[in-house]
This record gives sequence, C-alpha cells and structure tokens, in this order.
Amino acid sequence: MTLEQIRSNNRVQLALGLLAGIAFGFLLQKGGVAAYNVVLGQLLLTDFTVVKVMLSAVLVGMIGIYALKAAGLVRLHTKPGSLGATVIGGLIFGAGFALLGYCPGTAAVATGTGAPDALVGMAGIVLGAGIFARLYPALDRTILNRGTFPEGTIPEILGIRPWIVVALVAIMIVGIFSALAAYGL
Amino acid sequence: MSAWLAMATWSPYIAGAGIGVLIWTVFLLSDHPLGCSTGFSHTAGMIESVFSKKKTAAMPYYRKFVPAVDWHWMLVIGVIIGGFLSAYLSGSLSFVVVPPMFAAAFGPSVALRLAVALTGGILIGLGARWAGGCTSGHGISGTLQLALSSWVAAICFFIGGILVAGLLYGFKVI
Repeated sequence: MTLEQIRSNNRVQLALGLLAGIAFGFLLQKGGVAAYNVVLGQLLLTDFTVVKVMLSAVLVGMIGIYALKAAGLVRLHTKPGSLGATVIGGLIFGAGFALLGYCPGTAAVATGTGAPDALVGMAGIVLGAGIFARLYPALDRTILNRGTFPEGTIPEILGIRPWIVVALVAIMIVGIFSALAAYGL
Repeated sequence: MSAWLAMATWSPYIAGAGIGVLIWTVFLLSDHPLGCSTGFSHTAGMIESVFSKKKTAAMPYYRKFVPAVDWHWMLVIGVIIGGFLSAYLSGSLSFVVVPPMFAAAFGPSVALRLAVALTGGILIGLGARWAGGCTSGHGISGTLQLALSSWVAAICFFIGGILVAGLLYGFKVI
C-alpha cells in the first residue's frame, strides 16, 4: 500500500483512528494528566505535569513534523483564528476545563480508568458541541469573524525561515523545563 | 517491557515525547492533526440525526463537520480503551465519583460534583468548537505546527482555566 492508498482507504483510517486513540489514551494515562487533582494542580500553578507533557509533545512533535515536511512527506494543517473565535472560545474552554478537571481527551481516559464524573463530563462535552452547532449560524454572522488573524504559521506570517522559529521555540521549551527543575516543580 | 507497562506513571517528559512521535505518524498516515473534540461534535450530530435526519444534515455546522463514524470518532473510543488498558496494567483502575481534592473543598456530595462536571463539560464542548479545537487539536497538534491561532488558543485555555480554578480554590501562588 502506498501512503496515498492508506490515507484514502476508509476502513484503514477507522482502524488507524482507533489505534492512535489507544496509544494517545495510554500515554495520557501514563503521563498522569488524566487525574482531576493533577489538572487542577496545573491550573493553580502548584503541579506542572500537564505543561511538561504538553511541551514535551510540542518539542518532539514540532521537530519531527518540520523534518517530515522538509522531506515532502507531510503537509501542515493549521486552523484559521480570530479574536471572536479563538480568544472567546478559548476562555470559555478554559473555564470549563477548571470546572470539569479534564479536557476532552483526558475525560475519555479518566472514563476508561473508572471515573464517573469524567463520563458525565463527556456527556456535557457532547451537549456543548451540539449547542455550538445550533448557535453556529448566528455566531458566524456576529462574532466568529471579528478580528481575524493572519492565516498560517508564525514563520509564514513573519516571513522568516521556519527552522529559526523551530529553534527558538525549542530553546524556550528547554528553558521552561530548566526553570521548573530549578524551582523544584 | 512488562514491568514498564505496569508502572503507574511514566516521566511526563517521556509520555509527552511519545505523544509527539504519535503525532508524526498521524500526519504521515492520516494527513491531519490529532484532535479529540471533533469526535464529540460527531456524536452530537449523530444523536441529533436520530430525531431529525434531514434537519441535522442541513445544519451549516454539520455540513462543515459531517457527523460520522470516522477517524476522529474512533480516536475517542480508542482513548477510552487506551486509558483503561494503562490503568488496568498498573492495577490503578478505581471508581471514585468525587475527587478527594474536590471533596476536601466542597464536601462529599455526589450530586454537586456531577452537576459541576456536567456544567464544565458543556462549557468545554462549546468552547472547543467555538475556538476550533481543544487541548489536543490546538494545544498540542496546532502549536507544534507553529500555527498562530493555536498558540493564542492554548494561552486562552490556560488563562480561563487559571482564573476559574483560582476562583474555586483560591489563588495559591499569586
């Protein structure tokens, strides 16, 4: 099978989605981020496990994705954004994140480990997504397109070589890790 | 190997690096980012279409994100299984309705915890679709592509989260 055949074969993609999910859920659980007290500890700035997992994934993922892109093997899929969509939606999400104590991925993990509050949270997420779909036409007319961001990646917007930004972000992440270690967090 | 699988937790750096490698394979084999909230949107759409198939299919949002059992939907099923497997192998499956930290601050009421969880879930589902992604789609997959929208989203997730967590538990650091 070629890469194109794998990508366009629906049944293969269903199996790959399931496998990717199993791996993702396994890693999130082992990383310790699918626990209410760990998430709240992060938001109260007393436990930095969530930031460590996320930034490690970004560091490794970023270098690999940009290398695969340079080799012509992958394309980027960045999302458009705006003040009305990204900032307001992000703040609503954050408020929910603190109340539930899980995000959509870790709520699914915690459900698998036997947390009924996470299962109720998953039902809430479905409900919230459904409410958004209902509101979408009105929101799209009024608020979602307010203050649209320039399209694309930060290096594209700045007009500089991607590897410069990759290197700077990598240095920033390693710096954050060192600072956390220095403060014993 | 089996001792490693049976460990309760791994270093967060190792688990995170593993997620980074997983995302390489998703881009390579499936040609899209890894994000969880799309699967939840599909479930909402599929439930709506049980009641009114035609109306749901005509809704503009579900024309953009067509509800279906697809890669994104299977991902969420897989995440539940993966979480179960990891906890099972380390003997850390547990049935706890009210997390101890919540109980210590707000009491042991199951009804209160589930009401707060439901409210939080609704805000998460609403906010994730409003912002165009969640902690995985924007917070990891988007930021690692250096997408401007994803960095803004991730920062806003934490600003909103830090503010509300501080209101709930009292600001510990500031």
